[in-house]
Amino acid sequence: MTYQPADIPMVQFLNQDGEFAVASKEHEIYAELIRGLREADFLKFYRDMARIRRFDNEATALQRQGQMGLWVPAVGQEGAQIGSGYAVGPNDNIFPSYREHGVAITHGVDLMSIIKMFRGVNHGGWNPAEKKFHLYAIVLGAQTLHAAGYAMGVNFEGRAGTGNPDVDEAVITYFGDGATAEGDISEALLMAATTNAPLVFFCQNNQWAISSAVESQTKVPLFQRGLGFGVPGIRVDGNDVLACYAVTKKHMDDARNGLGPYLIEALTYRIGAHTTSDDPSKYRDAEQVAYWQARDPIIRFEKFLRSQGIGQDFFDEVEAAGDQLATEIRETTFALPEPPLENLFDHVYSEPHPLVEEQKAWLRGYEESLGGHSSVSESDESPNYGGTR
Amino acid sequence: MSNAVELSIAKAINAGIRKSMQEDSRVLVFGEDVARLGGVFRVTEGLLDEFGPQRIFNSPIAESAIVGTAIGLAMRGFRPIAEIQFDGFVYPAFDQIVSQLAKLTNRSEGNLQMPVVIRIPYGGGIGAVEHHSESPEAYFAHTAGLRVVSPSTPNDAYWMIQQSIRSADPVIFMEPKRRYWQKGQVELDGPALGLHQAALVRQGSDLTIASYGPMVVTSLQAAEIAAAEGISIEVIDLRTLSPIDFGVVVESVKKTGRLIVAHEAGTFVSISSEIAAKIAELCFYYLEAPVLRVGGFDVPYPAAKLEELYLPDADRIMEAVDRVMAY
Repeated sequence: MTYQPADIPMVQFLNQDGEFAVASKEHEIYAELIRGLREADFLKFYRDMARIRRFDNEATALQRQGQMGLWVPAVGQEGAQIGSGYAVGPNDNIFPSYREHGVAITHGVDLMSIIKMFRGVNHGGWNPAEKKFHLYAIVLGAQTLHAAGYAMGVNFEGRAGTGNPDVDEAVITYFGDGATAEGDISEALLMAATTNAPLVFFCQNNQWAISSAVESQTKVPLFQRGLGFGVPGIRVDGNDVLACYAVTKKHMDDARNGLGPYLIEALTYRIGAHTTSDDPSKYRDAEQVAYWQARDPIIRFEKFLRSQGIGQDFFDEVEAAGDQLATEIRETTFALPEPPLENLFDHVYSEPHPLVEEQKAWLRGYEESLGGHSSVSESDESPNYGGTR
Repeated sequence: MSNAVELSIAKAINAGIRKSMQEDSRVLVFGEDVARLGGVFRVTEGLLDEFGPQRIFNSPIAESAIVGTAIGLAMRGFRPIAEIQFDGFVYPAFDQIVSQLAKLTNRSEGNLQMPVVIRIPYGGGIGAVEHHSESPEAYFAHTAGLRVVSPSTPNDAYWMIQQSIRSADPVIFMEPKRRYWQKGQVELDGPALGLHQAALVRQGSDLTIASYGPMVVTSLQAAEIAAAEGISIEVIDLRTLSPIDFGVVVESVKKTGRLIVAHEAGTFVSISSEIAAKIAELCFYYLEAPVLRVGGFDVPYPAAKLEELYLPDADRIMEAVDRVMAY
């Protein structure tokens, strides 16, 4: 089915029927972390996986109706994203790629911010310094170097390995199987290893980079990619939210405690298209998709929760919340205003720049001569030839 | 009384970085071989002993990583100074510079500042092997979100590096490598021009030459030769390539009516292209002659035995002076 043989060890606690088991003694260190969870945590995991799935499907519908230029579905990857996202601590920073909608909601990013980005209102809109969830990075792998630099800074400030949980921080960066072919990820692994940076590399291997299967990106399992750089790794079942939580928690804790970088490969599957512009039926078999649909992270976790005695009421409540979310997303999207003219110019530089000011003044005048564009009026400026005084 | 010392451009940059590191503990220096060695041009010599390995350190030979981690460090609140060892080695970092560093403030709607300085020794004339003599400034000047500057004197080197480090925006700091050892007075108490101001470095009445970096000295040599021939040349050191301080050039051209722009880079789609276009627009009725450009040729930077033919010298500028004065 996939190039990776089934005998590659993988941390998994829930099989596709939602039955909990610890397959190996070596996985006990992770299983311990799950035993520390309470029912409320389990319900939160389910609620958020269902919420992001519903959001994702609604966003695809909105794109189909012309409300967004593009949508990037994460359907099938909710277990990897919600599990790992909740393992990230409140002091930690997250450097995502562009499909991490599930991780985003675990750190308080407003879902409408993501809609706005793909509608073309802005390039993200949330404050990365405040959310500690950085902006989506579209150029593959670029964000892993930002994460490495950030994590080096954590070390310079002496905020990893102190043993004080209020002080210590770690960083996690997300990327896909396709991105591992980019040189930046190799350089980030090297930088993190040589500086012992508190950085976890979280690779969601969803097995497809647009139309290229993962075999064309690597000859070895991706969790081994870091070994040559000195970054150990592990494979986890990316469709098992509990395993993803536990493995990420363990290695974020280790990074925070000064043990350096780690690479996690979450084996999952991109059930949907790469984006709404893609047509996966042209390059992959329906049987492969069906195989992975049978391993869906949400269905699997629902079976687990039911086996733990969670009743129908809970699932009904989640369903109703999803309906409400969908309505809100639709209504808010329809009501989104166009961005003002100033947004074209105002943040190109942090300090004034004469060329940008000149062009902004010109465009404002031009638009006004045509009858106006939504614009905050400012006093006329004298001609400026370019010098900043 | 002025507090001045004589320094080379290399030593002046060193002194400016040292002062910035003393004033702000968030200033970091890294790049290839910058620590114990002090860089291949010794610009960062001695900083390791003074500031220690957490403030100045060697990076792996990975230019994209040098700039990419500088971005991450800036996000963390540091003020990184990243050295690219030679002009021709900057291209592996091109994505991180033009798609990340230049755009992150804009992408974040101003929530993130990018106070990163990328130092690049540039230009030819040192008999080097391939990739060690290039003038890539136009790539960066073309990129919105970056600031690009190039000092030509020790005093400017000393002040402009400090101003670049204090800038909230990314600055590409182009160092004229064949002039690294050129000495001059550095006024340690200032005053300094603004980072984005051009300087009138020689007064004249017949013709203006605008230049920057390593070619300012060459332009001044041409002005001397011309003076002996009875032609009075005004010389402008542009100092800043993005933004360009057009005001100084416009005022000069209104007086002289003639302009030559000189640089080492090939002239096609270059800094001089931009200045010629802008001056044609702003000084149309004042021009006595077309704006002429003197630069390298639009060929790959040649092998060392051919670089004297490639690089514009005072005679090549004089050839343009003769042409522009013939109108």
